[in-house]
Amino acid sequence: MSSVKDWAAPTPISENRSGLIGKGVDRYEGRLKVTGAAPFAYEVETPSPPAYGVLIAAPIARGVVTSADVSQAKAAPGVLLVWTPETVPAQGERGARINPRNQRGANPALAARIEHFGQHVGVVVADTLENARAAAALVRFTYDTAPADLIFEDCLDKAEEPEGEEDVRIGDFEAAFAAAPVRLDASYVSPLQNHAQMEPCATTAWWDGDQVTVHTSIQMVKGGQHALAETLMIPSTRVRLLTRYIGGGFGGKGQSYDDLTLAALAARALGQPVRVAYTRQQMFQATIHRPAVHMRVRLGAQADGRLDAFALEAVTHCRREAPFTEHAANFARSLYAAPNRLTGHRLVKLDIPAAGPMRAPGEASGMLSLECAMDELAEQLGLDPIELRLRNEPESDPETGKPFSTRQLVGCMTEGARRFGWDRRSPKPGQVRDGRWLVGLGMAAAIRGNFLLPAKAGVRIDADGTITLRQGMTDLGTGTYTILAQITAETLGVPLSQVKVELGDSDFPPAPGSGGQFGAATAGSAAFAAGMNLRRALADLAVGDPSSPLYGDDPELVTFGGGNIAVDNRAEPLDRLVARAAPEGVYVEGSITPAADARDYSQHTYGAHFAEVGVDPDTGEVRLRRMFGVFAAGRILNAKTAMSQITGGMIWGVGTALHEYNAVDPRYGSFIAQDLASYHVPAHADIVDLSAMFLDEVDDMANPMGIKGVGELGIAGAGAAIANAVYNASGARVRDYPLTPEKVLAALP
Amino acid sequence: MKTSFMLNGQAESLDLDPRTTLLDALREQIGLKGSKKGCDHGQCGACTVLVNGRRINACLSLAVTHEGDEITTIEGLAGDETLHPVQAAFLEHDAFQCGYCTPGQICSTVGMLQEAADGWASLVTADLTADTMLTDEEIRERMSGNLCRCSAYPQILAAIRAAGGLA
Amino acid sequence: MKPFTYERPGHLAEALARVAEVPGARFLAGGTNLVDLMKLEIEQPTHLVDVSRLPLSQIEETPEGGLRLGATTTNSQVAADARVRARYPALAQAILAGASGQLRNKATTAGNLLQRTRCAYFYDTTKPCNKREPGAGCAAIGGIYPNTAIFGASRACIATHPSDMAVAMSALDARVDVARQGGETRSVALDDLHRLPGETPHIETSLQPGELITAVVLPPPSPGGQIYRKVRERASYAFAIGAVAVAGGKIAMGAVAHKPWRAAAAERALAEGANPAEAMAAEMAGARTDGHNDFKVKLMGRLGVACLTTTAGAGSDQ
Repeated sequence: MSSVKDWAAPTPISENRSGLIGKGVDRYEGRLKVTGAAPFAYEVETPSPPAYGVLIAAPIARGVVTSADVSQAKAAPGVLLVWTPETVPAQGERGARINPRNQRGANPALAARIEHFGQHVGVVVADTLENARAAAALVRFTYDTAPADLIFEDCLDKAEEPEGEEDVRIGDFEAAFAAAPVRLDASYVSPLQNHAQMEPCATTAWWDGDQVTVHTSIQMVKGGQHALAETLMIPSTRVRLLTRYIGGGFGGKGQSYDDLTLAALAARALGQPVRVAYTRQQMFQATIHRPAVHMRVRLGAQADGRLDAFALEAVTHCRREAPFTEHAANFARSLYAAPNRLTGHRLVKLDIPAAGPMRAPGEASGMLSLECAMDELAEQLGLDPIELRLRNEPESDPETGKPFSTRQLVGCMTEGARRFGWDRRSPKPGQVRDGRWLVGLGMAAAIRGNFLLPAKAGVRIDADGTITLRQGMTDLGTGTYTILAQITAETLGVPLSQVKVELGDSDFPPAPGSGGQFGAATAGSAAFAAGMNLRRALADLAVGDPSSPLYGDDPELVTFGGGNIAVDNRAEPLDRLVARAAPEGVYVEGSITPAADARDYSQHTYGAHFAEVGVDPDTGEVRLRRMFGVFAAGRILNAKTAMSQITGGMIWGVGTALHEYNAVDPRYGSFIAQDLASYHVPAHADIVDLSAMFLDEVDDMANPMGIKGVGELGIAGAGAAIANAVYNASGARVRDYPLTPEKVLAALP
Repeated sequence: MKTSFMLNGQAESLDLDPRTTLLDALREQIGLKGSKKGCDHGQCGACTVLVNGRRINACLSLAVTHEGDEITTIEGLAGDETLHPVQAAFLEHDAFQCGYCTPGQICSTVGMLQEAADGWASLVTADLTADTMLTDEEIRERMSGNLCRCSAYPQILAAIRAAGGLA
Repeated sequence: MKPFTYERPGHLAEALARVAEVPGARFLAGGTNLVDLMKLEIEQPTHLVDVSRLPLSQIEETPEGGLRLGATTTNSQVAADARVRARYPALAQAILAGASGQLRNKATTAGNLLQRTRCAYFYDTTKPCNKREPGAGCAAIGGIYPNTAIFGASRACIATHPSDMAVAMSALDARVDVARQGGETRSVALDDLHRLPGETPHIETSLQPGELITAVVLPPPSPGGQIYRKVRERASYAFAIGAVAVAGGKIAMGAVAHKPWRAAAAERALAEGANPAEAMAAEMAGARTDGHNDFKVKLMGRLGVACLTTTAGAGSDQ
């Protein structure tokens, strides 16, 4: 595709003749999931009975394994194999076939050099899970420990500019800030958080000759395949990686972990299928996390609220050997107008588990600062928080001057305010009581970038008319199976029941996987392209077939609908055509690549959050009472799954505001919360009367279907709306997330 | 150790390692993998099954203790062709995303509806001596032992309302 | 999990004898805490004696007008009991504030009392803990875990008892019936069941080895309102960071000590005519904090006042 301008042309998707696009059809794989029949990676059938691997973690933050005594473990019942750094098979370096940064966390498995607490140093494989787990506890290691930098706050003076990144300066921020009649200078902290996917990382692996098959829980098919092939020092063609159902990813399964490496190595060594899963505790200590971010916001405004000076500076952390920057300031570059601007990041390297992307990396933590700062500035100015935002609404991207592809932030705020009853908010905090609860309202804006990556898809039609879309894509619960079925059915004019979708297989045409809310647009556009190619192939087939009623017609005039291929009133069912003219079926592929001029537009999804909370003045407890969001995210493919994505994101915002944090023990480098009893994700009782709506939108600049991502937008800004509501309810302004009873109680006036 | 119980209406006899939890027995020995292992410590609810009609965490229950019990898992709820009403409601209301907590949510719902029908109170029951009214607040509290990281709670609530005849 | 053997005796006497005879044997009832800890090898029994099917699961009226809760009554069963709900609402609330529906269906009355601390360093076996390994040291002291004791802690242990149910039982002046091999039985005040850590935090109760709790006996409720309030970091399915039970003017607190903490100083002050704020101030004057748990003093003081105020003047049937 050469230009985004080509994408405005009518398509089967925009015409939507059978109405499948946007329809809230049930999840494609839903029946399998509600009956428990969808096999996750640890559950797939194996060609012969599997053995069970259990991982052993190091209890030190930094150092080296000096010895391992495996004698007891090896003698324990049922044990088939015990590996330590000394005995684990050689593993190849990663990086030639993939970005090494993305897979650094698992390379190599069972290294002698310890880079963080909880790094795996051993694996035991046994005939049963019980025997493996018991034997794993019998392996004895000794270590030499080395000094480690463990505490972010203690290392802020070591913060450096991330490699290859510089601050973005527009105008003269310092001068404008100094001259501004109204100023706000406030710092906010977003804590370290864990993904806490419900399904722990898991792999089932077996070998057939020199070919390995792995079922693993990973968001990126090709990345995992290449990473494992490099580790095993074999061509990627000898690794088949499958990931058909994934019990939550949220960015945390964007890379592979030791379960993949060690299941494959152990299966090869034993000549037997091997299953390896992380325990819940290992999920906390030995996968990636969202790093903490310290943010300083400085706003300089005129008395009427117009911003002259704007700065957001973020300091964050990553593991020493695994560079990663939580880009908490990036979103702000496109949000509000201000002629003098400063945004940038600093990075502290620590000896703790690796930081990495977690649902809406950047926005999820970054918006917690600016969207509260805007609330604080509005109060200083005596303005309604929405009015302050309206007065700083830019006409084009405030940093680059590029036109917005679409931008309905104002519509989201005004529509949300109307429906939520924002006019009932008292501007003065602490004015409303309901029983023992102080009640308040808060709002925040939402912005999240939209992306399109290269991808392919394959689609075939068989003689019975079944259309099968195949793609090396993943569905983390986002609805990928379902929307691809809808796109394919609508493109080819067939009922949904005629379409099959097969994903998560490295043998299929590659897609980048799920992440960064690029999945639907990227995979969907490739599926759409494949569908369009199949239309052309079928049209050529029909007009060239003397037995077809379309014989000799212009293929450009061929239409598809109701399961038929037609020109004017001459038609025949697709299955009849294929059975006669191509009985072996027709298979085509399609692909999508970003348009050359895609970067000429500032392209985002937008929204506005509104929250009502209660604060108990005796205990500092905060309870959500009501939450509503309005979002604009391009054409919506499935009303049901898109809504689930967006409300799911908002609920992550509730967790961010009220519950979720982890902390590193300065003596050991371990996380204080290592299970789901101590790391609190929102429970059902926390989520009260939460709903959302989408504004009508089609973004022709985004991709051929005018759709955008919805997976991450919902969390962006959501936590700030709650923090602002807490302030409005109680007068407690807490800038250190989450707003636990302890902190709210301390901040109550 | 020999142990026998009724599983989804069928007699099941196993020779068990006493260490084997009911969850691992179901998943690894019997091959019913619908019950999920999310935390293995009673902290998420993904392993919820019904024992003698009551919901429990299968991960914290040793299988050998279930001699003679009647156990129902997610695989035992649906008929040959028809979904259980709670399963159908979850599907219709999109009450799941990744699907990993879903079998536990559904089994928990079935157990919860029975508890409410039996007049059990919850923490949010204002009058402990009054009849049980399954309000939204009651459903949310009673279902809080099933975490859903995809955060399908609003949709789960809608599904339960519908399945419980409360919509 | 270490290997162990398992049996399910048919009679109480047999169960008591087996645990007394077999080295390393433990009683198993609901298992929701014991199995949890066995998986982490914090508990390593060699033999489990399953008492869950012994005839200890009745709730009966006592001649004095109270209730006797059998040891293996489930938490759900007790909270659902109409007599408990009518006469001991604080107990029903406390039980329903704990854990989840699934766990309450399995967890038993006696098991709930005997559950072990949720201190993060007790659960993390890579850290020193005097409960797990006497003399090893206490990682919680000087650590970052905030949910630690502000009353009765020692140099050896600052852990708290996590039960909600036990806090209400303390305020209700419950007693615990205990049996041992040979048929000997005794009755212990609930307030005397759990111990403060002292130098031996691994010895958590006054039960002797081989003793089994057979019931909890609730005396007739004292006149006056009852309430249980729990503060936690999410709305449900979380352990308390502070809790208060008030029943007939008796006050107990949760998540503040190695045992349900009977607020004796506050009760004395109330008896001497103090108002709720004065009474709680008297109690909280005895608190000792370590920086990470300072917030509990303000929290518990205010929560106690709120509970006393709510229950003041209410009848026992409220």
